[in-house]
Amino acid sequence: MMFQRLLVTLVGGAVLAASAGSALAQDSKVADELAKYRDALADGNPADLLEVKGEGLWSEKRGPKNASLEQCDLGLGPGKLEGAYAQLPKYFKDTNKVMDVESRLVHCMVTLQGFTQADVTKQWYSKPGKESDIEALVTFIGAKSNGMPINVPATHPEEAKMARMGEYIFYRRSGPQDFSCSICHGQEGKRIRLQDLGNLTTKEGAGFAMKTWPSYRVSQGAVWTMQRRLIDCMRQARWPEPNYLADSIVALETYLQKTATGTVMDTPGIER
Amino acid sequence: MNLKHALFGVLVAAAVMPALAQKAVEAPGGKFAKDAEQMFRASFKAENPKYWMTRLDQDETMKTCQQYRDNPPRKVGEKLEKLNAATIRYPVDGKLIGDWKEGEKLAAVGTGGHIGFIQPDPPGRVRGGNCYACHELAKKELAYGTIGPSLHHFGKVRGNSEDIIKYAYDKIYNSNAFSACTNMPRFGLHNWLTPEQITHIVAFLIDPESPVNKD
Repeated sequence: MMFQRLLVTLVGGAVLAASAGSALAQDSKVADELAKYRDALADGNPADLLEVKGEGLWSEKRGPKNASLEQCDLGLGPGKLEGAYAQLPKYFKDTNKVMDVESRLVHCMVTLQGFTQADVTKQWYSKPGKESDIEALVTFIGAKSNGMPINVPATHPEEAKMARMGEYIFYRRSGPQDFSCSICHGQEGKRIRLQDLGNLTTKEGAGFAMKTWPSYRVSQGAVWTMQRRLIDCMRQARWPEPNYLADSIVALETYLQKTATGTVMDTPGIER
Repeated sequence: MNLKHALFGVLVAAAVMPALAQKAVEAPGGKFAKDAEQMFRASFKAENPKYWMTRLDQDETMKTCQQYRDNPPRKVGEKLEKLNAATIRYPVDGKLIGDWKEGEKLAAVGTGGHIGFIQPDPPGRVRGGNCYACHELAKKELAYGTIGPSLHHFGKVRGNSEDIIKYAYDKIYNSNAFSACTNMPRFGLHNWLTPEQITHIVAFLIDPESPVNKD
Protein backbone atom coordinates (compact mmCIF):
# COMPACT_ATOMS: atom_id res chain seq x y z
CA MET A 1 0.00 0.00 0.00
CA MET A 2 2.76 2.39 0.99
CA PHE A 3 4.72 1.45 -2.14
CA GLN A 4 1.66 1.89 -4.31
CA ARG A 5 1.05 5.35 -2.87
CA LEU A 6 4.66 6.30 -3.44
CA LEU A 7 4.47 5.13 -7.04
CA VAL A 8 1.33 7.16 -7.68
CA THR A 9 3.09 10.15 -6.14
CA LEU A 10 6.06 9.77 -8.46
CA VAL A 11 3.87 9.32 -11.52
CA GLY A 12 1.86 12.35 -10.44
CA GLY A 13 5.07 14.36 -10.22
CA ALA A 14 5.88 13.42 -13.80
CA VAL A 15 2.39 14.44 -14.91
CA LEU A 16 2.90 17.81 -13.24
CA ALA A 17 6.33 18.32 -14.78
CA ALA A 18 4.90 17.52 -18.21
CA SER A 19 1.97 19.85 -17.75
CA ALA A 20 4.06 22.69 -16.32
CA GLY A 21 5.49 23.69 -19.70
CA SER A 22 2.15 23.86 -21.45
CA ALA A 23 0.62 25.64 -18.47
CA LEU A 24 3.05 28.48 -19.01
CA ALA A 25 2.07 28.75 -22.64
CA GLN A 26 -1.62 28.36 -22.02
CA ASP A 27 -2.39 30.18 -18.84
CA SER A 28 -6.08 29.47 -19.18
CA LYS A 29 -5.48 25.74 -18.90
CA VAL A 30 -3.98 26.02 -15.42
CA ALA A 31 -7.22 25.36 -13.61
CA ASP A 32 -7.94 22.29 -15.78
CA GLU A 33 -4.44 20.95 -15.34
CA LEU A 34 -4.69 21.36 -11.60
CA ALA A 35 -7.94 19.41 -11.57
CA LYS A 36 -6.29 16.61 -13.58
CA TYR A 37 -3.31 16.68 -11.25
CA ARG A 38 -5.62 16.39 -8.27
CA ASP A 39 -7.26 13.33 -9.86
CA ALA A 40 -3.90 11.76 -10.63
CA LEU A 41 -2.88 12.21 -7.02
CA ALA A 42 -6.19 11.18 -5.49
CA ASP A 43 -4.48 8.23 -3.82
CA GLY A 44 -0.95 9.60 -3.71
CA ASN A 45 -0.66 13.20 -2.54
CA PRO A 46 3.02 14.11 -1.99
CA ALA A 47 1.87 15.19 1.47
CA ASP A 48 1.24 11.51 2.30
CA LEU A 49 4.98 11.04 2.71
CA LEU A 50 5.05 13.91 5.17
CA GLU A 51 2.12 12.41 7.03
CA VAL A 52 4.12 9.20 7.54
CA LYS A 53 7.07 11.24 8.74
CA GLY A 54 4.81 13.09 11.18
CA GLU A 55 3.51 9.81 12.55
CA GLY A 56 7.09 8.79 13.31
CA LEU A 57 7.90 12.12 14.95
CA TRP A 58 4.80 11.88 17.12
CA SER A 59 5.82 8.61 18.77
CA GLU A 60 9.59 9.09 18.75
CA LYS A 61 11.28 9.94 22.07
CA ARG A 62 12.96 13.29 21.47
CA GLY A 63 14.22 16.44 23.15
CA PRO A 64 16.01 17.11 26.43
CA LYS A 65 13.32 15.12 28.28
CA ASN A 66 13.59 12.19 25.86
CA ALA A 67 9.81 11.97 25.61
CA SER A 68 7.34 11.34 22.80
CA LEU A 69 4.31 13.50 22.04
CA GLU A 70 1.91 10.66 22.78
CA GLN A 71 0.65 12.38 25.94
CA CYS A 72 0.00 15.68 24.14
CA ASP A 73 -3.50 17.03 24.81
CA LEU A 74 -4.87 18.68 21.68
CA GLY A 75 -8.20 19.37 23.32
CA LEU A 76 -9.81 15.94 23.55
CA GLY A 77 -7.51 14.56 26.25
CA PRO A 78 -3.89 13.31 26.33
CA GLY A 79 -3.00 11.34 23.21
CA LYS A 80 -6.48 11.66 21.67
CA LEU A 81 -5.82 12.47 18.02
CA GLU A 82 -8.98 11.34 16.23
CA GLY A 83 -10.96 14.50 15.44
CA ALA A 84 -8.62 16.76 17.41
CA TYR A 85 -7.67 19.00 14.47
CA ALA A 86 -11.34 19.52 13.54
CA GLN A 87 -12.18 21.06 16.95
CA LEU A 88 -9.32 23.58 16.99
CA PRO A 89 -8.73 26.40 17.78
CA LYS A 90 -10.17 26.11 21.29
CA TYR A 91 -9.70 27.50 24.78
CA PHE A 92 -7.19 25.63 26.99
CA LYS A 93 -7.44 26.04 30.73
CA ASP A 94 -3.80 25.17 31.43
CA THR A 95 -2.48 28.05 29.32
CA ASN A 96 -5.55 30.28 29.68
CA LYS A 97 -5.40 30.86 25.92
CA VAL A 98 -7.27 30.05 22.76
CA MET A 99 -4.80 27.91 20.81
CA ASP A 100 -4.73 26.47 17.30
CA VAL A 101 -3.20 23.13 16.36
CA GLU A 102 0.23 24.66 15.82
CA SER A 103 0.43 26.68 19.02
CA ARG A 104 -0.80 23.64 20.98
CA LEU A 105 1.69 21.33 19.28
CA VAL A 106 4.55 23.72 20.05
CA HIS A 107 3.27 23.93 23.65
CA CYS A 108 3.50 20.11 23.87
CA MET A 109 6.98 20.02 22.36
CA VAL A 110 8.10 22.54 24.99
CA THR A 111 6.34 21.07 28.04
CA LEU A 112 6.59 17.34 27.27
CA GLN A 113 9.86 17.12 25.34
CA GLY A 114 11.72 20.03 26.94
CA PHE A 115 12.56 21.90 23.75
CA THR A 116 12.71 25.69 23.89
CA GLN A 117 10.04 27.50 21.91
CA ALA A 118 12.76 29.20 19.85
CA ASP A 119 14.31 25.82 18.91
CA VAL A 120 11.02 24.25 17.95
CA THR A 121 9.75 27.14 15.84
CA LYS A 122 13.05 27.95 14.12
CA GLN A 123 12.05 25.81 11.13
CA TRP A 124 8.29 26.26 11.36
CA TYR A 125 7.96 26.05 7.59
CA SER A 126 10.04 24.12 5.08
CA LYS A 127 12.46 25.52 2.56
CA PRO A 128 13.81 23.65 -0.47
CA GLY A 129 15.96 20.87 0.98
CA LYS A 130 15.02 21.75 4.56
CA GLU A 131 11.97 19.94 5.87
CA SER A 132 9.94 21.16 8.81
CA ASP A 133 9.02 18.84 11.71
CA ILE A 134 6.02 21.05 12.44
CA GLU A 135 4.67 20.65 8.91
CA ALA A 136 5.06 16.87 9.18
CA LEU A 137 3.38 16.68 12.58
CA VAL A 138 0.50 18.97 11.57
CA THR A 139 -0.05 16.93 8.38
CA PHE A 140 -0.23 13.78 10.51
CA ILE A 141 -2.56 15.38 13.09
CA GLY A 142 -4.77 16.89 10.37
CA ALA A 143 -5.29 13.56 8.63
CA LYS A 144 -6.52 12.10 11.92
CA SER A 145 -9.62 14.27 11.52
CA ASN A 146 -10.48 13.08 8.02
CA GLY A 147 -14.14 12.24 7.61
CA MET A 148 -15.06 14.22 10.72
CA PRO A 149 -16.89 17.55 10.66
CA ILE A 150 -15.12 20.76 11.63
CA ASN A 151 -16.51 21.62 15.04
CA VAL A 152 -15.59 25.05 16.41
CA PRO A 153 -18.84 26.48 17.82
CA ALA A 154 -16.79 28.98 19.87
CA THR A 155 -19.15 28.73 22.83
CA HIS A 156 -16.54 29.42 25.52
CA PRO A 157 -16.43 33.20 26.11
CA GLU A 158 -12.72 33.34 25.20
CA GLU A 159 -13.41 31.44 21.96
CA ALA A 160 -16.38 33.66 21.15
CA LYS A 161 -14.19 36.73 21.70
CA MET A 162 -11.43 35.28 19.52
CA ALA A 163 -13.91 34.60 16.68
CA ARG A 164 -15.20 38.18 16.85
CA MET A 165 -11.64 39.52 16.84
CA GLY A 166 -10.95 37.36 13.79
CA GLU A 167 -13.98 38.89 12.11
CA TYR A 168 -12.59 42.35 12.91
CA ILE A 169 -9.28 41.50 11.21
CA PHE A 170 -11.11 39.93 8.25
CA TYR A 171 -12.71 43.29 7.38
CA ARG A 172 -9.79 45.52 8.43
CA ARG A 173 -8.50 47.56 5.48
CA SER A 174 -5.00 48.98 5.37
CA GLY A 175 -1.80 49.15 3.39
CA PRO A 176 -0.81 50.65 0.04
CA GLN A 177 -3.49 48.62 -1.80
CA ASP A 178 -6.35 49.25 0.65
CA PHE A 179 -6.70 45.49 1.12
CA SER A 180 -8.62 43.41 3.60
CA CYS A 181 -9.36 39.67 3.54
CA SER A 182 -12.92 40.56 2.60
CA ILE A 183 -11.90 42.36 -0.61
CA CYS A 184 -11.16 39.02 -2.28
CA HIS A 185 -13.01 36.60 -0.02
CA GLY A 186 -16.28 38.38 0.79
CA GLN A 187 -18.29 37.71 -2.37
CA GLU A 188 -19.53 34.75 -4.37
CA GLY A 189 -18.22 33.48 -7.68
CA LYS A 190 -15.24 35.78 -8.20
CA ARG A 191 -11.73 34.97 -9.28
CA ILE A 192 -8.35 36.68 -9.26
CA ARG A 193 -6.67 36.05 -12.61
CA LEU A 194 -7.78 32.41 -13.06
CA GLN A 195 -7.81 31.49 -9.41
CA ASP A 196 -11.32 30.92 -8.02
CA LEU A 197 -11.94 32.80 -4.77
CA GLY A 198 -14.07 31.37 -2.00
CA ASN A 199 -16.55 33.50 -0.08
CA LEU A 200 -15.17 32.88 3.39
CA THR A 201 -18.10 34.57 5.10
CA THR A 202 -20.40 31.62 4.30
CA LYS A 203 -20.35 28.08 5.69
CA GLU A 204 -19.98 26.66 2.20
CA GLY A 205 -17.08 28.91 1.23
CA ALA A 206 -15.21 28.73 4.53
CA GLY A 207 -15.83 24.97 4.68
CA PHE A 208 -14.46 24.40 1.19
CA ALA A 209 -11.38 26.41 2.09
CA MET A 210 -10.72 25.04 5.57
CA LYS A 211 -11.44 21.32 5.13
CA THR A 212 -8.35 20.61 2.97
CA TRP A 213 -5.68 22.20 5.18
CA PRO A 214 -2.89 21.41 5.75
CA SER A 215 -2.51 21.23 2.01
CA TYR A 216 0.14 20.37 -0.57
CA ARG A 217 0.76 23.48 -2.65
CA VAL A 218 1.76 22.60 -6.20
CA SER A 219 3.18 26.08 -6.90
CA GLN A 220 5.35 25.87 -3.77
CA GLY A 221 6.20 22.16 -3.90
CA ALA A 222 5.50 21.97 -0.18
CA VAL A 223 2.83 21.36 2.40
CA TRP A 224 1.52 24.53 3.96
CA THR A 225 -0.13 24.75 7.36
CA MET A 226 -2.95 27.21 8.03
CA GLN A 227 -0.52 29.52 9.89
CA ARG A 228 1.69 29.55 6.80
CA ARG A 229 -1.31 30.20 4.57
CA LEU A 230 -2.64 33.13 6.58
CA ILE A 231 0.77 34.70 7.16
CA ASP A 232 1.18 34.62 3.38
CA CYS A 233 -2.21 36.32 2.95
CA MET A 234 -0.81 39.21 4.96
CA ARG A 235 2.26 39.26 2.72
CA GLN A 236 -0.02 39.46 -0.31
CA ALA A 237 -1.90 42.30 1.35
CA ARG A 238 1.51 44.04 1.44
CA TRP A 239 1.46 44.16 5.22
CA PRO A 240 4.44 43.56 7.51
CA GLU A 241 5.07 40.01 8.73
CA PRO A 242 3.18 38.65 11.73
CA ASN A 243 4.84 36.45 14.33
CA TYR A 244 4.40 32.71 13.88
CA LEU A 245 1.55 31.61 16.21
CA ALA A 246 0.42 35.25 16.64
CA ASP A 247 -2.97 35.78 18.24
CA SER A 248 -4.20 37.58 15.12
CA ILE A 249 -3.64 34.41 13.08
CA VAL A 250 -5.33 32.23 15.70
CA ALA A 251 -8.22 34.73 15.72
CA LEU A 252 -8.66 34.49 11.95
CA GLU A 253 -8.54 30.70 12.17
CA THR A 254 -11.19 30.72 14.91
CA TYR A 255 -13.44 32.96 12.81
CA LEU A 256 -12.99 30.77 9.72
CA GLN A 257 -13.35 27.43 11.54
CA LYS A 258 -16.46 28.70 13.31
CA THR A 259 -17.95 29.70 9.95
CA ALA A 260 -16.87 26.36 8.44
CA THR A 261 -18.28 24.29 11.32
CA GLY A 262 -20.14 21.22 10.07
CA THR A 263 -17.97 20.74 6.97
CA VAL A 264 -16.32 17.30 6.76
CA MET A 265 -12.50 17.37 6.83
CA ASP A 266 -10.60 16.09 3.78
CA THR A 267 -6.89 16.67 4.31
CA PRO A 268 -4.12 16.89 3.16
CA GLY A 269 -5.53 18.70 0.14
CA ILE A 270 -3.86 19.76 -3.09
CA GLU A 271 -3.95 23.46 -3.89
CA ARG A 272 -2.46 25.62 -6.60
CA MET B 1 -62.95 51.75 8.61
CA ASN B 2 -60.84 54.24 10.53
CA LEU B 3 -60.12 51.66 13.14
CA LYS B 4 -59.10 49.25 10.42
CA HIS B 5 -56.72 51.82 8.99
CA ALA B 6 -55.25 52.56 12.38
CA LEU B 7 -54.79 48.87 13.08
CA PHE B 8 -53.16 48.39 9.69
CA GLY B 9 -50.79 51.25 10.46
CA VAL B 10 -49.79 49.71 13.76
CA LEU B 11 -49.21 46.35 12.10
CA VAL B 12 -47.07 47.88 9.36
CA ALA B 13 -45.07 49.81 11.92
CA ALA B 14 -44.52 46.66 13.95
CA ALA B 15 -43.38 44.78 10.86
CA VAL B 16 -41.12 47.53 9.51
CA MET B 17 -39.44 48.67 12.74
CA PRO B 18 -37.46 45.48 13.41
CA ALA B 19 -36.50 45.34 9.75
CA LEU B 20 -35.10 48.86 9.98
CA ALA B 21 -33.28 48.04 13.19
CA GLN B 22 -31.77 44.95 11.55
CA LYS B 23 -30.58 46.92 8.57
CA ALA B 24 -27.74 48.52 10.55
CA VAL B 25 -25.24 45.66 10.55
CA GLU B 26 -23.01 45.54 13.59
CA ALA B 27 -19.43 46.66 13.01
CA PRO B 28 -16.95 43.75 12.71
CA GLY B 29 -15.62 42.66 16.08
CA GLY B 30 -18.59 44.20 17.93
CA LYS B 31 -17.68 45.18 21.47
CA PHE B 32 -14.25 43.58 21.02
CA ALA B 33 -13.19 45.90 18.19
CA LYS B 34 -10.82 47.90 20.40
CA ASP B 35 -9.21 44.78 21.87
CA ALA B 36 -8.94 43.30 18.39
CA GLU B 37 -7.13 46.36 17.04
CA GLN B 38 -4.64 46.23 19.89
CA MET B 39 -4.13 42.49 19.47
CA PHE B 40 -3.69 42.83 15.70
CA ARG B 41 -1.06 45.54 16.08
CA ALA B 42 0.83 43.49 18.69
CA SER B 43 0.92 40.44 16.39
CA PHE B 44 3.72 41.60 14.10
CA LYS B 45 7.37 40.66 14.34
CA ALA B 46 9.50 43.13 16.27
CA GLU B 47 12.02 43.00 13.40
CA ASN B 48 9.60 44.74 11.01
CA PRO B 49 11.11 48.22 10.43
CA LYS B 50 8.97 51.14 11.59
CA TYR B 51 8.33 52.32 8.04
CA TRP B 52 6.82 48.92 7.24
CA MET B 53 4.58 49.11 10.28
CA THR B 54 3.06 52.37 9.05
CA ARG B 55 1.33 50.26 6.39
CA LEU B 56 -1.03 49.14 9.14
CA ASP B 57 -2.24 52.69 9.78
CA GLN B 58 -5.79 53.32 8.64
CA ASP B 59 -7.01 56.61 7.21
CA GLU B 60 -10.60 57.71 7.70
CA THR B 61 -11.73 55.92 4.53
CA MET B 62 -10.23 52.57 5.56
CA LYS B 63 -11.62 52.81 9.09
CA THR B 64 -15.08 53.78 7.92
CA CYS B 65 -15.19 51.10 5.21
CA GLN B 66 -14.19 48.44 7.73
CA GLN B 67 -16.84 49.63 10.15
CA TYR B 68 -19.57 49.26 7.51
CA ARG B 69 -18.14 46.07 5.95
CA ASP B 70 -17.49 48.09 2.76
CA ASN B 71 -21.17 48.93 2.47
CA PRO B 72 -21.57 52.39 4.03
CA PRO B 73 -24.90 54.24 4.14
CA ARG B 74 -25.15 56.62 1.17
CA LYS B 75 -24.64 59.74 3.28
CA VAL B 76 -21.42 58.36 4.78
CA GLY B 77 -20.30 57.17 1.35
CA GLU B 78 -20.84 60.64 -0.16
CA LYS B 79 -18.68 62.19 2.53
CA LEU B 80 -15.87 59.74 1.83
CA GLU B 81 -16.17 60.32 -1.91
CA LYS B 82 -15.72 64.08 -1.44
CA LEU B 83 -12.78 63.51 0.86
CA ASN B 84 -11.09 61.25 -1.67
CA ALA B 85 -11.86 63.43 -4.71
CA ALA B 86 -9.92 66.23 -3.01
CA THR B 87 -6.72 64.13 -3.00
CA ILE B 88 -6.37 63.75 -6.78
CA ARG B 89 -3.21 65.27 -8.29
CA TYR B 90 -2.37 65.61 -11.97
CA PRO B 91 0.86 65.38 -14.00
CA VAL B 92 2.79 68.65 -14.20
CA ASP B 93 2.24 68.97 -17.97
CA GLY B 94 -1.50 68.41 -17.54
CA LYS B 95 -1.59 65.62 -20.15
CA LEU B 96 -3.80 62.80 -18.87
CA ILE B 97 -3.36 60.31 -21.69
CA GLY B 98 0.03 58.69 -22.27
CA ASP B 99 1.45 55.69 -24.14
CA TRP B 100 -0.85 52.65 -24.34
CA LYS B 101 2.12 50.29 -24.86
CA GLU B 102 3.54 51.31 -21.48
CA GLY B 103 0.07 50.99 -19.99
CA GLU B 104 -0.29 47.47 -21.38
CA LYS B 105 2.88 46.42 -19.53
CA LEU B 106 1.78 48.02 -16.28
CA ALA B 107 -1.65 46.38 -16.49
CA ALA B 108 -0.05 42.93 -16.49
CA VAL B 109 2.48 43.40 -13.67
CA GLY B 110 1.29 42.02 -10.34
CA THR B 111 4.53 42.06 -8.42
CA GLY B 112 6.04 44.71 -6.21
CA GLY B 113 5.49 45.98 -2.73
CA HIS B 114 5.64 42.64 -0.91
CA ILE B 115 7.52 42.99 2.39
CA GLY B 116 8.35 40.70 5.32
CA PHE B 117 11.13 38.16 5.73
CA ILE B 118 9.77 35.05 4.00
CA GLN B 119 9.15 36.11 0.38
CA PRO B 120 9.68 39.86 -0.01
CA ASP B 121 10.09 41.47 -3.42
CA PRO B 122 13.68 42.36 -4.22
CA PRO B 123 14.32 46.09 -3.72
CA GLY B 124 13.44 48.20 -6.72
CA ARG B 125 11.13 45.59 -8.25
CA VAL B 126 8.72 47.32 -10.59
CA ARG B 127 5.23 47.83 -9.25
CA GLY B 128 2.41 47.50 -11.73
CA GLY B 129 -1.27 48.19 -11.72
CA ASN B 130 -2.05 44.45 -11.82
CA CYS B 131 -5.29 45.37 -13.64
CA TYR B 132 -5.75 41.83 -15.02
CA ALA B 133 -6.02 40.44 -11.49
CA CYS B 134 -9.55 41.85 -11.40
CA HIS B 135 -10.54 43.08 -14.89
CA GLU B 136 -10.87 41.73 -18.41
CA LEU B 137 -9.04 44.13 -20.75
CA ALA B 138 -7.44 43.05 -24.07
CA LYS B 139 -9.29 40.11 -25.60
CA LYS B 140 -6.12 38.08 -26.10
CA GLU B 141 -5.34 37.90 -22.36
CA LEU B 142 -7.49 35.08 -21.04
CA ALA B 143 -6.09 35.01 -17.51
CA TYR B 144 -8.17 37.85 -16.13
CA GLY B 145 -10.01 38.11 -12.82
CA THR B 146 -13.63 39.04 -12.21
CA ILE B 147 -13.58 41.06 -8.98
CA GLY B 148 -14.01 44.22 -11.07
CA PRO B 149 -16.15 44.75 -14.20
CA SER B 150 -14.87 43.88 -17.69
CA LEU B 151 -13.07 46.84 -19.24
CA HIS B 152 -12.84 45.26 -22.68
CA HIS B 153 -13.72 47.92 -25.32
CA PHE B 154 -13.59 50.61 -22.61
CA GLY B 155 -12.72 53.36 -25.08
CA LYS B 156 -14.60 51.88 -28.00
CA VAL B 157 -17.84 52.08 -26.02
CA ARG B 158 -17.24 55.40 -24.24
CA GLY B 159 -15.19 57.32 -26.79
CA ASN B 160 -12.14 59.44 -26.05
CA SER B 161 -13.59 62.76 -24.94
CA GLU B 162 -11.79 64.88 -22.33
CA ASP B 163 -14.41 63.89 -19.78
CA ILE B 164 -13.85 60.19 -20.30
CA ILE B 165 -10.08 60.60 -20.14
CA LYS B 166 -10.35 62.58 -16.90
CA TYR B 167 -12.77 60.07 -15.43
CA ALA B 168 -10.41 57.16 -16.16
CA TYR B 169 -7.45 59.05 -14.69
CA ASP B 170 -9.36 60.07 -11.57
CA LYS B 171 -10.77 56.59 -11.04
CA ILE B 172 -7.32 54.97 -11.15
CA TYR B 173 -5.78 57.72 -9.00
CA ASN B 174 -8.44 57.44 -6.33
CA SER B 175 -11.23 54.95 -6.93
CA ASN B 176 -12.99 56.01 -3.75
CA ALA B 177 -13.76 59.42 -5.24
CA PHE B 178 -16.54 57.67 -7.18
CA SER B 179 -17.67 54.71 -5.11
CA ALA B 180 -16.64 54.72 -1.48
CA CYS B 181 -15.29 51.43 -0.15
CA THR B 182 -14.90 49.87 -3.60
CA ASN B 183 -12.53 46.88 -3.74
CA MET B 184 -10.25 48.81 -6.11
CA PRO B 185 -7.03 50.21 -4.63
CA ARG B 186 -6.31 53.95 -4.67
CA PHE B 187 -3.22 53.76 -6.87
CA GLY B 188 -2.36 57.46 -6.98
CA LEU B 189 -3.18 58.31 -3.39
CA HIS B 190 -0.75 55.66 -2.12
CA ASN B 191 1.93 56.57 -4.69
CA TRP B 192 1.67 52.99 -5.88
CA LEU B 193 1.66 54.36 -9.42
CA THR B 194 3.03 57.76 -10.46
CA PRO B 195 0.72 60.23 -12.23
CA GLU B 196 2.70 59.51 -15.42
CA GLN B 197 2.18 55.75 -15.10
CA ILE B 198 -1.53 56.35 -14.59
CA THR B 199 -1.68 58.30 -17.87
CA HIS B 200 -0.22 55.21 -19.62
CA ILE B 201 -2.93 52.97 -18.20
CA VAL B 202 -5.52 55.58 -19.24
CA ALA B 203 -4.13 55.31 -22.78
CA PHE B 204 -4.32 51.51 -22.63
CA LEU B 205 -8.02 51.87 -21.79
CA ILE B 206 -8.92 54.67 -24.21
CA ASP B 207 -6.52 54.85 -27.18
CA PRO B 208 -8.30 53.50 -30.29
CA GLU B 209 -5.05 51.66 -31.18
CA SER B 210 -4.90 49.87 -27.82
CA PRO B 211 -5.70 46.12 -27.86
CA VAL B 212 -8.40 46.89 -25.28
CA ASN B 213 -10.38 48.52 -28.08
CA LYS B 214 -9.54 46.04 -30.86
CA ASP B 215 -10.99 42.55 -31.52
